Amino acid sequence: MKFLPLFPELLRQILREPATNRFPAKYLPRTVTGFLKAVGEGKATIVPPVPTPPNFRGKITYKIDCCIGCGLCAKVCPAHAIELIPGTKQIRIWVGQCIFCSQCTGICPKGGLSMSDEFLLADENRYSENLIVE
Amino acid sequence: MSDESKKAPYIVPIGPNHPALKEPVMFTFEMEGEMVRDVDFAPGQAHRGIEWMGMRRNPVQIVHLTDRICGICGVSHTFAFARAVEQIAGIEVPERADYIRTIIAEFERIQSHLLWAGVAAHELGFDSLLHLTWRVREQSMDVIENLTGNRVNYGIVQVGGVRRDIVPEQHQVIEDCLTTYEGLLGKLLNLFLDDKTITMRCRDCGVLSKKEALELCTVGPTARASGVNVDLRQDYPYAAYGDLDVKAILPDQHLGETHGDVYDRIVVRLLEVGQSCGIIRQCLSEMPPGPVTAEEKLAKLLAVCKKATGEAIGRVEAPRGECFHYVRMDGKEAPHTWKVKASSYSNLMSWIPMLRGEQIADIPIIVASIDPCLSCTDRVAVIRRGEKSILTKEDLHRLSVGKTRRLQR
Repeated sequence: MKFLPLFPELLRQILREPATNRFPAKYLPRTVTGFLKAVGEGKATIVPPVPTPPNFRGKITYKIDCCIGCGLCAKVCPAHAIELIPGTKQIRIWVGQCIFCSQCTGICPKGGLSMSDEFLLADENRYSENLIVE
Repeated sequence: MSDESKKAPYIVPIGPNHPALKEPVMFTFEMEGEMVRDVDFAPGQAHRGIEWMGMRRNPVQIVHLTDRICGICGVSHTFAFARAVEQIAGIEVPERADYIRTIIAEFERIQSHLLWAGVAAHELGFDSLLHLTWRVREQSMDVIENLTGNRVNYGIVQVGGVRRDIVPEQHQVIEDCLTTYEGLLGKLLNLFLDDKTITMRCRDCGVLSKKEALELCTVGPTARASGVNVDLRQDYPYAAYGDLDVKAILPDQHLGETHGDVYDRIVVRLLEVGQSCGIIRQCLSEMPPGPVTAEEKLAKLLAVCKKATGEAIGRVEAPRGECFHYVRMDGKEAPHTWKVKASSYSNLMSWIPMLRGEQIADIPIIVASIDPCLSCTDRVAVIRRGEKSILTKEDLHRLSVGKTRRLQR
């Protein structure tokens, strides 16, 4: 029985790069909002997130022109995130409620729904404009 | 010392929320000095009403709800539910879909067992090993994300098949991951089993004898570590397991003897990682071409499910043991009854013989050693007029008889 088999591995670890991706910056900025503002002004650079895998299911996109208001998407949505707007042949998607299963995009007969690669959707208000697709 | 309450045994309550517990459960220990004399526990603190939600949705929606019963065994619950609904509706799953389901289920076993190994190391205070195990676990998560689109709630299994095919470009990704794990397995076995600290803490600690394991109907790695030869993949093959060569892993195959302690549970789980790699490799080479779902159009699938009447059970060997779903449908959109029995439900009772006679410092590792998943398990919480009440055996029997009558109608 060896005494400490992990010890050589730990020593090797000191010289290695960290396994994690340092998103959004190498070191934690003093304020994240201040850092993002600086990125917007071009004063700082952002460490990009890990690229998304193929067929990633991100924020939903909705082509309003081809929607016929059949309501099939609302019928298969497990989270009840899709609402038929009364009086119109259109839908409203509450992204805050969406569980990104992509079931509605498969059932849509007109191909009007698809999933984008966008995934940075954190918001303090679940009714913000960014989280409602219509 | 005339005060009665200060005499042994001392009652030590731990929970419902406690830093040593990963999920809420209430323990009451009767201590005699450092030794646990008796123990009682009360689960039911993480009830979320998932079955209630399911009975108001159609099967196509429920498969995404079942993904969320457990964060670790995401595909096992969906798989079991889909198998039950397929039996009721008489849907024949294409062979290729069976193989893809098997591959995802085995990847899930790899990541779940590595996660558990890390948690076990953490409970022993061996945090550097926790970080190492979780770093190597990341590769299996990446492959799952590549195959299904998500790291945790995969959303790949649908009633009648799977929602995504494995394309030839992905074979290389899977192959790379398997090669890494097969190379790592020897190292992990060395790090866990040859370490003096782990051997001292885990050998002959939390022993569950074969007799007790059988009496308490334990399942999965907990039962196998006690020498009970049970594995759903070997005993009642489903999906592609019938074509594959799967044998239950028992600790005496590796060490030549069975103790039924925490150490044996580490042995079984680590060896199962290697076994899963072999199963995935076999699946990849034998996977037949063809469609991946019996009914591609979801609207048609919904119509088929709506017409279905009858009842069925779906059983799947989840990483923690047998996962069991009972579904009854009576020609409506939503199922009439849906009952989930997660694997931890069968394993929780084994805590009592394991913990009796052990020291207080061994509680975290013994509790973690069965890999409890309480959010899977908690199906019932009785609250009446704002107060939690306890049901006696007679109450439960009366309720059970009543429910059987309702179902027979």
